[in-house]
Parts: sequence; structure tokens; C-alpha cells
Amino acid sequence: MHWLDILIYISLAILLLAMFFMLYRVVKGPTTADRVIALDSIGIALISVVALLSILLDTTMFFEVILLLSILAFIGTVAFSKFLERGEIIHHDRDNDL
Amino acid sequence: MKPKSNKRVNDVILQTAAVIIFFIIIIFSIHLFFSGHYSPGGGFIGGLMTAAALVLLLLAFDSKTLATVLPFDYRRLTALGALIAILTAMHSVFLDLPFFTHAYDKFNLPLLGEETLHTAIAFDLGVYFVVIGVTMTIIQTIGESE
Repeated sequence: MHWLDILIYISLAILLLAMFFMLYRVVKGPTTADRVIALDSIGIALISVVALLSILLDTTMFFEVILLLSILAFIGTVAFSKFLERGEIIHHDRDNDL
Repeated sequence: MKPKSNKRVNDVILQTAAVIIFFIIIIFSIHLFFSGHYSPGGGFIGGLMTAAALVLLLLAFDSKTLATVLPFDYRRLTALGALIAILTAMHSVFLDLPFFTHAYDKFNLPLLGEETLHTAIAFDLGVYFVVIGVTMTIIQTIGESE
């Protein structure tokens, strides 16, 4: 086994530990905002896992997945934040609502 | 015209970021659409990413603004995509070939040089339009209901 593979396995283990504690915050978090931020962090850690796995599998076919996950994590977090802030995700006419 | 309430929230950071990120997502979706033949991607995920960019505009602004900027009827876009796909599949029938036979040839395009064009890209374009149309119809129909 190459020494780089051992480093990648160690990094994957650290990321797994971090994602476990983020999951603990999702389950335990007293407010909804804690859960949203923890889910966003899990998405970012998942991007790192995909990047490390694409090094491990020696392929470039997963690079689109990385960009896709970051875009989806951003849009999901924005949608949930808007729901928490306004109670409505898509306004019809934001100047004349409220 | 209702009186302006001071309860309104100022979204200048979200709106400025959304306008920039919108174009990044659109370019990424076009890249996914055209790279579908040789690498991961294709019409389905490209259409989903384009719909995601439109959803980001819906989140940062409102559905009236999106209807002003992009005056599409997404149900007609779905019908147009299905029509493109079925016509691409049917064109081989008129040439005494089996249904869904694809064709390709080399063309000398201006600016791009010699490129191989394949009719699978037209079928993929139909899938792209259908996915955008269906996704945006679902989201707008759910979002409009009060």
C-alpha cells in the first residue's frame, strides 16, 4: 500500500468522525438553525469525502459531483433560511407582500 | 397599494450573490449538457441544474420578477422538448431505417473547425427542455398556492 493511500484513509477517518459529531448536532441541536448549519456542514464534509475517494479510485469522473453537491448545499441552505426567516419560501410579489 | 411596513427584510447580500452564482450554475449546466457523450453528464442533470439556477432566482427575488425576466410558459417548454425528442427518434423512419436510428457526420463549422455532430444531441436537447419544464412547473405550481 502506497503511503498516500494511508494518508487518504486517515483523512477519511477524521472526516467520518467530524460528520458523526455534526450528526450529533443535527439530532441534539436545541434550535432549528443549529440543525440547518449542521446539515450544511455535513454537505461540505461530503464534498471532501468525494474528493478523497476520487483520489483513492484514481478517476476524474466525480469532479462534477463535487460542484453539484456544493450548489445543492447552497440552494438548500438558502431555502431553509428563507423559510425560517419569512415562513414562506417563494413569494409572488415581494414588494407588495407582508 | 398597501402602506409600506418597516417589517420588510433587506436581502442585498443574498440578491447580489444570487445574480453572480446564477450565471455560474447556468454555465455549469451547459457544460454538463454538452459533456454527456464522453464524460458524466447529459440532458437530465443539465436540465436539473438549470432549474436549480432558476430556483435560486426564485428564492432571492420573487416569481413575478422571474416571470418578467424570463417570460416562458414552462408547460409549453415541456411540450416543445417532447416534440424535439420524438421528431429526432422518428426522422430515421422516413429514411427506411428502424425507429431511433441515429446518424452522425463531420461538419466544418466556422470558428470551431471540423467537429462531429450526432443526432443524439438533439434527443438530449429534448430531454433537457422536458426536465426544465417539468421541474419549474412543479415548483411554480406549489409556490403559487396560497
